[in-house]
Amino acid sequence: MMYTADMLKAFAPYRGNSIVIPGRGGRHWTNITDQPNRDLPVGDPAMGGHASFGLGVALSLPDERVVLFDSEGDVLMNMGALPTIAEKAPENFYHFMLDNECYATTGGQPVPNAKNIEYDVIAKGSGYPATYSFDNLEDFASSIEEILGQPGPVFVALKVEPEIENEPIGSRVRWQTRSRTQVIDDLKGELGIEGP
Amino acid sequence: MTMHEEGQLSPELVMAEMKKNGVTHVVWLPDSETNFLYLLMEADPDLDLIPVSREGQAFSTAAGLTVGGKRPVILIQNTGMMESGDSLRGWGLSLNIPVVMMVGYRGWTRHGVNSDTAATYTERFLNAFGIQYYLVETGEDAPRISVAFEEAQRTRRPVAVLVGDEYHGFNR
Repeated sequence: MMYTADMLKAFAPYRGNSIVIPGRGGRHWTNITDQPNRDLPVGDPAMGGHASFGLGVALSLPDERVVLFDSEGDVLMNMGALPTIAEKAPENFYHFMLDNECYATTGGQPVPNAKNIEYDVIAKGSGYPATYSFDNLEDFASSIEEILGQPGPVFVALKVEPEIENEPIGSRVRWQTRSRTQVIDDLKGELGIEGP
Repeated sequence: MTMHEEGQLSPELVMAEMKKNGVTHVVWLPDSETNFLYLLMEADPDLDLIPVSREGQAFSTAAGLTVGGKRPVILIQNTGMMESGDSLRGWGLSLNIPVVMMVGYRGWTRHGVNSDTAATYTERFLNAFGIQYYLVETGEDAPRISVAFEEAQRTRRPVAVLVGDEYHGFNR
């Protein structure tokens, strides 16, 4: 297993101008990113939707590399998104998935069949042309260049340490520094996209 | 009856409304109320069809497309819309996504008596979420689709078009 923050730090030098959707890694990415206006830290609008959201961003901006840090709980909730991504096959989409084997934000309860799911195999079977799986930082770090150097969609499953939260949601410290709509408006401004 | 008798909601009319409003992507899951659009949409080189396997995915996909400056339309049935409540709330309403969802109104009858609870709860669902909606049954109603697009853009919210014309006549 690896720590999410360490994994994101390893990724950061390879980011280039990618649009990054940090998903569940958002709280760490906020402190790592050097281009916040090209990030989409929308938090968790509704669980299960990040993969489809990332697909939409990738299809709408084919000249931009789009990197998503999804989670296994999200993927399990909407696994049907994977065949859609594979069918549309956006070459600019890189789908990383953090697998901590539990629902960390609700107290750490295990996801179904937590220790026995091969998400990279599921992605491959859904039609992703390239898939990877890493359970340690060293192997991941040495493969990032290869992963990002090929056309997408690429799926990368990453075993990460759970960072369990057990405080009532209302008592948790908010890591977001901008509202969701501000995040979107900032990206649009950065890319010169007009309209609501 | 032919498929395109005068007054009926023809696929060409619906397509014309989409084109007029600059639709770039159709995020959809097939349903029997809007299946008559499929062949036309598929043949249109200017439309990108994105098939989903659960309707909730349509809202997050549409949100992503909108962030990137595209103009998607969602094409789903009322049954799936009701399943998608949290996605509509989170990805549609909380991100201020100005998207039109064309919703097959399964079970709709003009006389008010229906035997399908999908219809019973459709408008109650939309009212609960505060979603404005427009009913389209015939060709004469087609301009309401543009009204929905204009409202979505103006309010930066999802707006629904309820398609109450399965196979041109079930509700008569």
